[in-house]
Amino acid sequence: MKLAISADGPQLEAQLDARFGRCAYFIFVDTETHAWEASPNPAIDARGGAGTQAAQFIANQGAQAVISGHFGPNAFEALDAAGIKMYAAAAGRVESVVEEFSSGRLKKVTVPGASGHHGGRGRH
Amino acid sequence: MIIAVASGKGGTGKTTIASSLALAVSPASTTFLDCDVEAPNAHFFLEPTFSQHEEVGLLIPQVDEERCTACGRCAEVCQYHAIVVLAGKVLVFPELCHGCGSCTLNCPEDAIKEVPDVLGMLEGGRTASGIYFARGVLNIGEPMAVPIIRQLKAWQPVQDGEVVIRDVPPGTSCPVVESIRGADFVVLVTEPTPFGLHDLRLAAQLVRDLELPAGVIVNRDGIGDRQVDDYCREAGLPIMMRIPMDRRIAEALAQGHLLVEAFPEYLPRFQDLYAQIRTLVEAGTGSELQTQSTRIKMGSLQGIRQTE
Repeated sequence: MKLAISADGPQLEAQLDARFGRCAYFIFVDTETHAWEASPNPAIDARGGAGTQAAQFIANQGAQAVISGHFGPNAFEALDAAGIKMYAAAAGRVESVVEEFSSGRLKKVTVPGASGHHGGRGRH
Repeated sequence: MIIAVASGKGGTGKTTIASSLALAVSPASTTFLDCDVEAPNAHFFLEPTFSQHEEVGLLIPQVDEERCTACGRCAEVCQYHAIVVLAGKVLVFPELCHGCGSCTLNCPEDAIKEVPDVLGMLEGGRTASGIYFARGVLNIGEPMAVPIIRQLKAWQPVQDGEVVIRDVPPGTSCPVVESIRGADFVVLVTEPTPFGLHDLRLAAQLVRDLELPAGVIVNRDGIGDRQVDDYCREAGLPIMMRIPMDRRIAEALAQGHLLVEAFPEYLPRFQDLYAQIRTLVEAGTGSELQTQSTRIKMGSLQGIRQTE
């Protein structure tokens, strides 16, 4: 399974970035082979709609599940529609967060979180 | 002549100034626009009788799933990420859509049509003194004020010789830019405090960027310090009026009275303010700067549910 993790840097040693839509990087990990790659998040500087743009990005990359700190309402709706399962982690290095996921210790996210700091869910 | 009354800082007295200025100019040829569509309040003072109501909003995309091939072109061209294509399906996020129409124009399958999304209401009517008063009211929970303000400005044609006074929302964000754009003169209301000065600087910068002539009114004069005066001198902004900090004024306003009605001695001062504005505008600093309003796509939406 291809797993996406929001991270503050492009390595497995990077910390989990708690913001889904505006994280610095996404690390994509193949949970079977442990192969991984990092991509800068194209939505980081979006004026609005960062959540939907980031969701579109990881869906295009073929992610089937994603780990982040919280998912805003728009991101939640988009990821849910794409069939990408969302998991919440508190903090930690990407590699340890992946381990927690593999051992089934992460909680699946079933309701959207509060909207982002950028004025909330919407247009400006 | 279009005069915008703005401030930067909230609560400096924009509505106080704008409403009294409207009465000081000949009321029968004055239009008052309350552009603070997120928190309109000028009607408390001018007390219009609203006889016109019109729902307004944006045109947002609606996707015909039969025709859509989920090619993703719409999501690529959307600058606001309001439309995404996921798992072979198109998802529209109306709260993110700015109604620009790019998705519709770029869809290779002609699978997108535009449908009205109502964001709020325009209301208009006359006050007892004869001022034509109109306001926009953004629906609760709707985040985007600019389309309402744009449509409020375009709602009723301005006659020759008419004076339009726009009561601008506080701040310096998009709704403020839209409310000021196209004005002939901007009145900046401030108070002589560090907060007032801070936000006056921002508002003055905005007005400079729009290349509009402006002047300052110092409200609650006598509190704070002299820094607003110093700034205005350095920035070449004329101080056109000072209203002292006076408990009697605060009490009258709190009871919903207009400044020039509660204190008739202010009427000639507001008439003088209007004369100053005319002089500055006729001196020709910015009158060539009538901006074209940006693409207004509301033609078909205007009047979708008009009630009179």
